[in-house]
Amino acid sequence: MTYHADPPEGLRIVPLDTLTAIYHRASGQTHIVSEPMPEILAVLTTSKCTIMTLIQRLGLPEDAETRALLTARLDELITTGLVARV
Amino acid sequence: MKHRFDVRVGPISFRVGSAWAAPIAALQSLYSDYPASATVPNYTVRIEPERPWRRLIRPSVAIRGDHILPDALPLPLAQGLLAAEMGMNLQLALGERRFLLLHAASVEKDGRGLILTGESGSGKSTLSALLGANGWRFMGDEFVLIEPETGAIHAFPRPISLKNASIAVLESVLPDNRFGPRLVGTPKGDIRHLKPDPDAIAAMDQTAMPRLIVFPRFGFDAAVRDVAPGEAFVRLTQASTNFTAMGERGFNALTRLVTTVPAKAIDYPDTTSALELVASL
Repeated sequence: MTYHADPPEGLRIVPLDTLTAIYHRASGQTHIVSEPMPEILAVLTTSKCTIMTLIQRLGLPEDAETRALLTARLDELITTGLVARV
Repeated sequence: MKHRFDVRVGPISFRVGSAWAAPIAALQSLYSDYPASATVPNYTVRIEPERPWRRLIRPSVAIRGDHILPDALPLPLAQGLLAAEMGMNLQLALGERRFLLLHAASVEKDGRGLILTGESGSGKSTLSALLGANGWRFMGDEFVLIEPETGAIHAFPRPISLKNASIAVLESVLPDNRFGPRLVGTPKGDIRHLKPDPDAIAAMDQTAMPRLIVFPRFGFDAAVRDVAPGEAFVRLTQASTNFTAMGERGFNALTRLVTTVPAKAIDYPDTTSALELVASL
């Protein structure tokens, strides 16, 4: 299973502080996210990834706990419409 | 409509039509220092009877215009001025697309624009009126108009709608000819409109760059804390009536505002403390 996001030109991302504001051009919706959402999006806007590739690209430990945490964050991003599962 | 009133406040022009003469006469008195609109008005408000016979029998005022609130109850004719003011606010809040609107007050001194925003009861109207009486230029107490392309605040110095206890606070420091009639028993309690200082009206075409965003809170011990850009962004999206409708222009305007202008939250127990706190910022 792979995940992907709209290309970089589909989003306007503005770091505020620990929070980041994201304008999703396709939906016209604004989202407020915190770490690690911007980092995940930075990877997925440029390439499709499996969960394992994403873990490697983010430099995270390759263990079951990280996989579970990242899957939960990806599910949240899918709910917002910022990420799609292929 | 039988009776009509045209006015321009900053970059926004209104036409108010009324089935009765009295609300228009009240508007003409309250807005006597303002220019009439020279162009087709941006917004039209009609205050008219709910049913034709209600113009004469137990007259009651319904607010009509391009934008309406379907569930809004009509007001008694004695509160026709309030109905007109509410109608003007409603048209702007729901219809405006040139400027990002923040439900906030603003004042300016030496080119330094202050945005005061908070929930109803936080004291932004009272504070902005008091600052206006203490050397600051009053730029508005209901809406702050942010120009998305420049980030500048456009003045919108409408008469200030003072409510309940704040009426006496301002009556004690300003002359009686600055006030409109006292409207008793409105849905928001007692209301008395305060005309802005004539100099503030004369300068209403001058913009100001925002230098500080203030979140006041009345009824607590005096305190000041920094508000991070993320918190300011969230609070200001909630304070904007057209952020979503403005799309990416609104997003860009608001992110620029919170990332370039510092924000402070101030708690204050009374108006004297509030003025001291603002002066210290």
